[in-house]
Order: sequence, then C-alpha cells, then structure tokens
Amino acid sequence: MSASAGARRWRAQLEEAVLPAVVALLIAALVGDVLIIVYGQSPGEVYRALLEGTWGNAYGLGQVLYKTTTLTFTGLSVAIGLRAGLFNIGAESQLAAGGFAAGVLGTLLPPGLPALLVLPLFIVAAAIGGGAVGGAAGVLKSKWGAHEVITTIMLNFIVLALLNYLTVAHFKVFDTLHTADVRSGALPRLSALIPPFHGSAANMVLFLALAVVAVAWWYLFRSRAGYELRAVGLQPGAAEYGGVNVPGVWWRAMLISGAVAGIGGLNFVLGYKHYYEDGFSTGAGFLGIAVALVGRNNPVGVVLAALLFGTLSQGGLAVNALVPKQMVDVLQAVVIIAVVTSVPEVRRVLRSARRRGGPEA
Amino acid sequence: MTAPDGTTPPTPDGAPPLAVSLRGIDMSFGPVRANRGASLDVARGEIHALVGENGAGKSTLMRVLSGMYAPDAGTMTVNGRDVTGWSTAQAIDAGVGMVHQHFMLVPTLTVAENVVLGREITAAGRLDRRGAERAVAELGERTGLVVAPGRLVSELSVGEAQRVEILKTLYRGARILILDEPTAVLSPPEVDELWRVLTHMRDTGDTIILITHKLDEVMAVSNTVTVMRRGATVGRVATRDTSPAELARLMVGRDVVLAGDAAAAPQHSIRAERRAALDVRELTVADARKTHAVDGVSFAVEPGEILGIAGVEGNGQTELVEALAGLREVSAGAVLLHGRDVTRQSVRARGDAGLSHIPEDRQLRGLVLDYSIADNLILGQQHRFSRRGAVDAAHVLENARRQIERFDIRPADPAAPARALSGGNQQKIVIAREMGRDFTVLLAAQPTRGVDVGAIEFIHAQLRNARAEGKAILLVSADLTEVLALSDRVAVMYGGRFAAVLPRAEATKEVLGAYMTGASGRAA
Amino acid sequence: MRKLLILVGVLLAAHVVLLFVHPAGAASPAIDPHAVNVGIVFDVGGRGDKSFNDAAYVGGERAEKELGVHVRFIEPGDGSDREAALRIFAAEGMKLVIGVGFIFTDDLVQLAKEYPNTDFAGVDFSVATDSAGNPIPPPPNLAALKFREEEGSFLVGALAAMVGHSKKVGFVGGMNSPLIQKFQAGYTAGVHYVCPDCQVIAQYAGVTPDAFRNPGKGKELALSQYQDGVNVIFHASGSTGLGVFEAARQTNKLAIGVDADQYSEAPGHVLTSMVKGVDAAVFDAIKRVKDGTFKGGIYSYGLAQNGVRYVYDEHNKALIPDSVQARLQQLRADIIAGKIKVPTTP
Repeated sequence: MSASAGARRWRAQLEEAVLPAVVALLIAALVGDVLIIVYGQSPGEVYRALLEGTWGNAYGLGQVLYKTTTLTFTGLSVAIGLRAGLFNIGAESQLAAGGFAAGVLGTLLPPGLPALLVLPLFIVAAAIGGGAVGGAAGVLKSKWGAHEVITTIMLNFIVLALLNYLTVAHFKVFDTLHTADVRSGALPRLSALIPPFHGSAANMVLFLALAVVAVAWWYLFRSRAGYELRAVGLQPGAAEYGGVNVPGVWWRAMLISGAVAGIGGLNFVLGYKHYYEDGFSTGAGFLGIAVALVGRNNPVGVVLAALLFGTLSQGGLAVNALVPKQMVDVLQAVVIIAVVTSVPEVRRVLRSARRRGGPEA
Repeated sequence: MTAPDGTTPPTPDGAPPLAVSLRGIDMSFGPVRANRGASLDVARGEIHALVGENGAGKSTLMRVLSGMYAPDAGTMTVNGRDVTGWSTAQAIDAGVGMVHQHFMLVPTLTVAENVVLGREITAAGRLDRRGAERAVAELGERTGLVVAPGRLVSELSVGEAQRVEILKTLYRGARILILDEPTAVLSPPEVDELWRVLTHMRDTGDTIILITHKLDEVMAVSNTVTVMRRGATVGRVATRDTSPAELARLMVGRDVVLAGDAAAAPQHSIRAERRAALDVRELTVADARKTHAVDGVSFAVEPGEILGIAGVEGNGQTELVEALAGLREVSAGAVLLHGRDVTRQSVRARGDAGLSHIPEDRQLRGLVLDYSIADNLILGQQHRFSRRGAVDAAHVLENARRQIERFDIRPADPAAPARALSGGNQQKIVIAREMGRDFTVLLAAQPTRGVDVGAIEFIHAQLRNARAEGKAILLVSADLTEVLALSDRVAVMYGGRFAAVLPRAEATKEVLGAYMTGASGRAA
Repeated sequence: MRKLLILVGVLLAAHVVLLFVHPAGAASPAIDPHAVNVGIVFDVGGRGDKSFNDAAYVGGERAEKELGVHVRFIEPGDGSDREAALRIFAAEGMKLVIGVGFIFTDDLVQLAKEYPNTDFAGVDFSVATDSAGNPIPPPPNLAALKFREEEGSFLVGALAAMVGHSKKVGFVGGMNSPLIQKFQAGYTAGVHYVCPDCQVIAQYAGVTPDAFRNPGKGKELALSQYQDGVNVIFHASGSTGLGVFEAARQTNKLAIGVDADQYSEAPGHVLTSMVKGVDAAVFDAIKRVKDGTFKGGIYSYGLAQNGVRYVYDEHNKALIPDSVQARLQQLRADIIAGKIKVPTTP
C-alpha cells in the first residue's frame, strides 16, 4: 500500500497500543506514589533507590537480566497457551519440573564433559520435565474435556508436592533442600563475558531464552502449525472447518507450553546455583501469566514485559529496606491491572459488545 | 385505506389514525445505507407483511420503529402521535413490541419467570412465583399461546420458546407486535400453529407486522404487503390483489435475474461424465439429543449438476452438510467422493479428494475473523501453502492478490483483517477460497445469506460457471427463489429425510411448499 | 489521539509533582558511613512466623535501641533473592550481614569469601563436615549461630515426665530430619532421666517441609496420643503445632511450645515453651561487631548462654509445682556443669 497508508497504520498502532500502555504505566506509578506517601516515605527517594538498585549499577542490571530470563520462559509458556485459547496456570510447576529433571540429569552425568556438548541433553531433559506436566493437562483436555485451568492448578499442587518429596527423600544433600551440584554442564555467568556483572546471577541461559523467543515467534507466526494453533485459539469452529485437528492442537500446545516453562528451569540449575533447590522458582510461574498478558501474547512483547517485571522484582528487593515488600507486590498488581485493561484486544471486546446488533446481518 | 406506494402523508379524513406510519426513513451504519427513504403504513388490526430479500433493510426499519435505532432522517408516527427517534422504553410503554429472530431467554428460568423478567410481580420484595404463573397462564389462554408456565425454558422446543418470546412482548402490553422472520426456525406444524395464534390476535384487535422473505407465508396470512428493496419501499398492495409472481418481481427488481422463472431454468452444458461425483448412501446423523437429525438420506450429485436442497431451516440440512464435510460424526451410512468411501476420513482428506465447502455460518466457521484476508484465503489449504513446516508467505500473498482481483474483494488489501469487511465481502473471501481452488464437488450452504443484491448475482454467476465447468454442486438454501434459480434437481428436506427429489421442471413453489410443510403427495 | 496525549501529560505532571513529596520522618536511602550498619535478611515468607524470623527481628530492633546501631531488613521474594539480598547489604558497606535460617548456608559462605572486610552471621547455619566427620570451620569473617536445642528439650522432657503422672509422654515432630531429631533425643533423655520406666511416644507429621505447616495432621497425631494415656506433648513442628494445642484444649490436657513462648496459643494448656534465643544470638553478634570483638567460627548457644531455655513465669507458675521447678534448676546446673551429657541423636 502507499506510504500514507503505512503512516496511518503506524499512527493507529501508536493510538491503539503504545499510548494506552503509557497511560496505564503512569496510572500505576501514581498509585505507587500515593501508597509510598501514605506509608511515610518519599516517592522520589524510593523510585530513585529502585532505579539505582536495578539499572543504576551493573550488579543490579545483572540481577534484572537473571529474573527477566526466567520470566521470559514462563511468560512465553503462558503466551503460547493463550494463543491456542488455553489458559495454562501451571507454568509454576512446569518450571520446577524442568529444573528438577535438569538437576537430576546433572548428578547422573560423568564429570568434566564440555558444557556446550551436554547443553542439548539438559534442554531436552528440562523440556521433557515441564512438557510432561503441561502435556498431561493437554491430554486430559483433548481426551476427556477436562478444563485446563482446573487441571493445571491441580497439577501444580501434585507436582510441587511430588518434587518436594523426591528432593527431600531421595536427592537432597544432607542438611539442605537442594540436590548435589551438577557434574557437567554448568554454564558460565554473564560476568565471564562482561566482568562488571560480577556477582550477579545473570548467565548464558539469557541467550538461550532469546533463541527460544525467536523460535517461538517463528513457530507462532511463520509455521503452518502456528497458523493452525492461532486459528484454534481465535475460532475453534473455523479451525475445525479448516481441517485442523482441534484436540490435537490443544495437547500439542500444552506440551510446548510446558516444555518452554521447563527449559526456564535451566536458568537456575545450570546458570546460577548449579543444583536443583526445592522452591527455587516460587512465584515465577504465576508472574508469567502477568508477563504474557502485559506482553500481549507476543514473544517480543513477552521479553519487554519480562524486563519490566524483572525490574520491579529486583527493585522491590532494593527498596525493601525503605518500604515493605507487600507494597511492591501491590504496585506489581496495579501495573498488571492497568496494562491488561489497556490492551487493544480487551478494548475491542468491550467495543464490539457495545456495538452488537449493528446493520442487519 | 390502501395508500399508494407509501408517499402520501397519513391524513385519512375521519378514518382512525394508522397504527404505524413511517416516512422517508434513512438509516446508515458507517458506509452501509440500510434504509434510504423507506416508508411503511400499517392499519390497525391487520397482519401486515414486510417483505424483501436478505439485506433489503426490513429488520433495520423495524428496529427503528421499536426504538433500537434513531433514524438519520424521516418521521415516525404511532396511533397518530409523532414518535420520531423514541427509545425502546418509550416504544414498549406505547405498546410496540418486537419479537427477535434470535431468542433472548434465560434457559435456567421457568417460562413464567422469563415472561415477567424485568416486570416482576413481587410480594414483600420476593418474586411472587405463583402470581406470575397465574398471570402467564391467563395471558396464554386469552391469546391461544399455550405454554406450561412452570416449565424450564431449556426444556422447550424452538416453537414453544418462540411462543414465550411473544408472550413476553404481550405481557409488556404490546398491541403492535413486530415479528422478525418468525418461521425460520419452526417446523411446519409449528408454523401452522403460529398462523392460528396471529390470526386470533388480529381478530381481537392487535396489529401485527410480519417480516419475512417467504412469499407463501405472505399469501397465507397477511392482509397487506409492503415490499422493500435495497433499503427503500418499492410497493404496498393488498394481499388479495397480488400474486407471488408480482411480489417476487417487486422484491428482486426487473434488472436482476434471480427469480425462479422457467426462463431462467438452467441449461445443461456438460453431462458427459455420468458417474456421481458425490454419492450419499443411507446417511444417518445423530444430533446432540441423540435423535436422528439426518435419517437415512440417499442421493447422488453428478458432475455438471446442481442439486438444490430446499426446506424449512432445522430439518437436518445443517447436519447433513456438516456430515458430508467431515465436521460431524456419521452414525450410519456412507459418503463417497468419485466412488471412494470417505465416510471416516478427516476434513483435510476430503478437501484433498476435491471437496470444497461454503459453510452456512461464515462468522463462526468460514473465517477466522481476526486473520487477514490473505490468511483466510488459505484456510483449509494451509498444508498446500507450506514448505517444510513453514507457511510460504510469498505464495500466500500472491494467492491473495490473485483472488482479491478475481473476486473483487474490497478493500483490496491482503493484510486487512476479515473482521473489518462487510458481510458481502466476507462471503466473497469464502467463495474465492472454496471456488478459486481445484475442486470437483462443492457443498454450498446458504451461499448468499446476508449479502447484498449485487454480491448475490455475482455468487450465482460463479455457481453457474462452476457447473458449466463440470463441478458437482450441492446447494442448500433457505431461499426458495435461489434454489429454483440455480438447481437442476430440487430435493426437499423435511424431518431429516428427503420428502421429494424433483426435476427442475416439476419443481414449482407450490409443490415445494407443500413438501416443505410435510404435506407430501400433493404433487402438481 | 489528542485526548490521550493530554491525559499522558496530566498524569506525567501529577507524577512528577508527587515525586518531590517528602513526608516528615522519611528515611534516607543512603546509609550513614559513620554508624555501625547491620543488615538482616529473612527467609522467603519468613516474617510473621512468630518463630525465629520474628525473633531475629526482635533482636535487631533491640540492638538498634540499646546499642545505637542502624539495622535494615529485607524479606526476599524468591529463592534466588536470598543471595541478592545479602549481596545488596554487603555492597552497601554494612558492617554485619545476617542471614536467618539454615537455607542461607551456601550463600553466606560464598559472600564471606567475596567480601572479606564485611562480617557475616548465619542463624541455624549448617556446618559442613569433612570425610572424617570433623566440622569444617566457616571462613574467619563468618559466625555460625547454632543452638543446642537438645539441652532445652532435655529440661522440658524432665518437666513433662514429672507433671504428666501417667508414665507416658508424647512428642510431635514436624519434618523428620536431623534437626528435629535433636529435639526428640534431648526430650527423651530428659524423660528417662527422671523416670526411667516412662514411655515416650514420638511421631512426625511427615518427611517434607510441608510437615511444618500441617495443623490438621498435628491435631490428629496429638489426639491419638492423648487417647493413648499421654498427658503432656512436646511439639517441634512449626505451625503444625497449632493443631497440637487445639487437641490439648479439646481434651483438657497439656502441651509444650517451641522456639518462642507459645503460651497465648492455648492459655492454660501450655505447660511451658522451649524457647530458642535467636533474638539474644542476633543481639550478641551485633554487639560484638559494635565492640570490635567479632570473630568468625561456630557459636553454640546452650543453656549456659541462655541460648535455649524453658518458660517459667506468672502464666504457667500454677502448672509447675515449686519442687519440680527446683529439680529443673538443679538439672540445668548439672548440664551446664557437664555432669549430664545430653545426646543429639535418638
């Protein structure tokens, strides 16, 4: 189309997507201001401490990147599910299962193998761990119509309790809650490349995350399977008409969703501590839901949203000495509500409800 | 009191004022002009039929009258009082009520609760269930609309649910009742019952406006007919002074050859290959309630032939088409494409075997509304547009450009989402996709539903061309005119079975109408 | 579009104005380099446990008041935040950084090596052993604050046997682990010391950390023990113990609390509590830093240091006869003097 049409589309995009998000973030910031003042602190000081503790120094930035990495995996996991019309609440346990599988594999490998050589093995193990949990919910839905929200919530309980038991009863090192160190496959920290990051947990899994984002984008928007998956998510009736095996897409989407969350476990197990620790991922799976919604189920949007929530999470730690942790949790919730209500998809639904019954159909 | 063509103002000397008088109504939705100077005069105590093709603007005009839309221009009077641009609440207070095509009932409530919903009889703040049931029973007795007030709406048949809708409207004090295509979902006995009720209501002084595009209904029950075409009123006649042929001419307009006249009877061009392209044997399909929606139907469609299926909606046509397309499980019988049994094969396998399918509901099945035109143009053939798992974007775009041009889809922007298109252009996407590919058998279900007259003509031309190229076409349409205009043979579906299969020459509206209402054996 | 832009402007302006609001009494985020600064990191979800996280808080508050030091607290959001929180404090130049809970063990060792000029302390620090079973000392700037829970448990065991009168006493543990087995061992030894033919019924709520958060299971175990003729139960089971108290109330029998004084959980039914002096240990570590006498190593808090004790005050005096109290004081003195050796494994 002509250049002016391109400009129009860009302008519409600005109006539809960018400005509302800016408004949403500003509203969240204002709510934060009021909360901080009511608590008796200065918003300027708190936000300054928050920025200094995150983007203000290399260590803080490294920590943000570490958290962003995990959230990218869980956010992507939820986003892939949502693209297929499925609400995967189970990223929490899928992430843990992936990490556990990798941690156990690490204790079984012979020591001293090159990390790059065994990395594919770890990816497969983590994907199987998370994919088994997600895939189970998918099969329950495809075969028996069990709603995935219910099954993934229940699987969270079951899987987390099971992993806890396995760790404590069979795999843990005495007097700890973690497994033995992996004998091969530990990945270097980011500080090996960029020394100022010293001490921060950011590690090479960050690049794995970006690679997975690229693959996910290609899969969703360029592959035939992605074409069918999105059609199922938007209009299952039309997808069925188009020759798509809808239940088949359901379980495959849940399998992939779980596998992506599972691979996220490598960030802790291979990149940070080099062992699986019970409860290492507490909350990252649930935060992944917010990341997916704020990132509008787009892989690139997910990375940006993960960066936002990673910053808030690390920033919360940095300002914890000034304001209680709950205040940062509230702020995070306000961001989620504000941004989610401002996304065009949601508003389109509202608008079409208002306009229902237009010209005779 | 018959006014010519609805342009004269309502000034009948001494005569009682008209129940309804609409003058010069304009109503636009964005670029779509649904009404352009439409007029309507309805006398008190008559059944007034408002006829026209799909998209002629009938429903819009009635929504203006019932206060759902304020007109862009024009005047409205009810019982002599100017009511231009009133609200639905005002309309209800003045006794104007509309019974919608799609029921708006709460399935988990009882009949009585639904009827009184919004106007509950309360005793000390609590719903007086007994009082409500009594009131509804009395109303039913008076009007002949008998439905047990204590039953749950979810248990009712479609005909009963419609009676509840009418009761609901009457309960709110309606004396001018608008019915929008009330027979579309009814079985023939239910239609008869409805006519009985409406006639009774008319005889007790109520005024009824009946929206329809079925001429037999008009002739059967109405006193006066107003005909609309392309948003405007084109005629108003007393029913006894007119004929279906005249009404059809008014509805369609002289320029567009759509009517099922003998002159438009199809010419057979290619009938060389005699083997059936689509062969259906004793097909039985169960519906959700485990009854047989399709009950042992057998037929064959040959290359170069259009087999039309007529019938009142809800007699198994939807289930038949979905079963043939592979979207619905078959309980017994077989479907053969070019002699190959595909009964247990997937949608995709049937597509690859040469089956195309224009589904009856483009918004639910035919399109992914949030996909672009280009992406919608490959739905069902995505595997043909892919290489090594990836969708071939260049190929998809090239296909879209070609189809958009060939089928004149507007806007001509492959990236525009299907949702943004008008109904006619949406349907063109479906037609382009299903007829612009290699196929030998086409299932065309309601191919022109809700599209404008120009698009109807275009789609009909496409179907005729396809026949000329030797395609086998199964046409299912609620529009008898359409069936008669296109088909070589016509089958009538009634109660899940074929009541008759007639050559085009023997199929007249009267004959088909008789079969459609279940009165078989009354052939011409 | 214009409306939205105006809205952005208005919101931005309001936000900027609020940024400069500075309520009276607002803390400055910058730390005072001349003061003694201490950072305490709780476990994930630790604050509000009415047990050792809260006790550490109390110790920190007391140090701030009595010693004039500055204490800051962080409660991490998830497991990976533990190290980050310690690191934030170390990087800010705190003199002493304390991690509350054995789970900090690895992180503290690592940071103590990276920040040799900062002092560290770990509550319940888990000391590693070499292949010969000898403890490996922590780095010189890291104090392992350990408690001899078995000593306090010994005393409450003796008390239970003397007050119970039924030759049967009960024990409910949380997660079956070496730490809780230490409680059981001391308790059993105390019971048998004063009543060699008494029977100790010892049960655990489970083998996973969830066994510390299961009041239902606690109540079930306690009820069956009371039914069996037990009159006093000692619990070492976190919030699982709330169920034990509920059972004591229901059957009108007695229970013994753990970690903190749990009298208020079931007034009249709490015989005593075996209190772990986390607050004292934390205060002690801070005081050493302020006095310049801080040294790394293993600090073991027992009866002698008041690191563990049992509650005897106006609330429960009525339940403990004077003769019994006198006997307990004697036992305490004997343990401190080394005349009684308390085992650490059952």
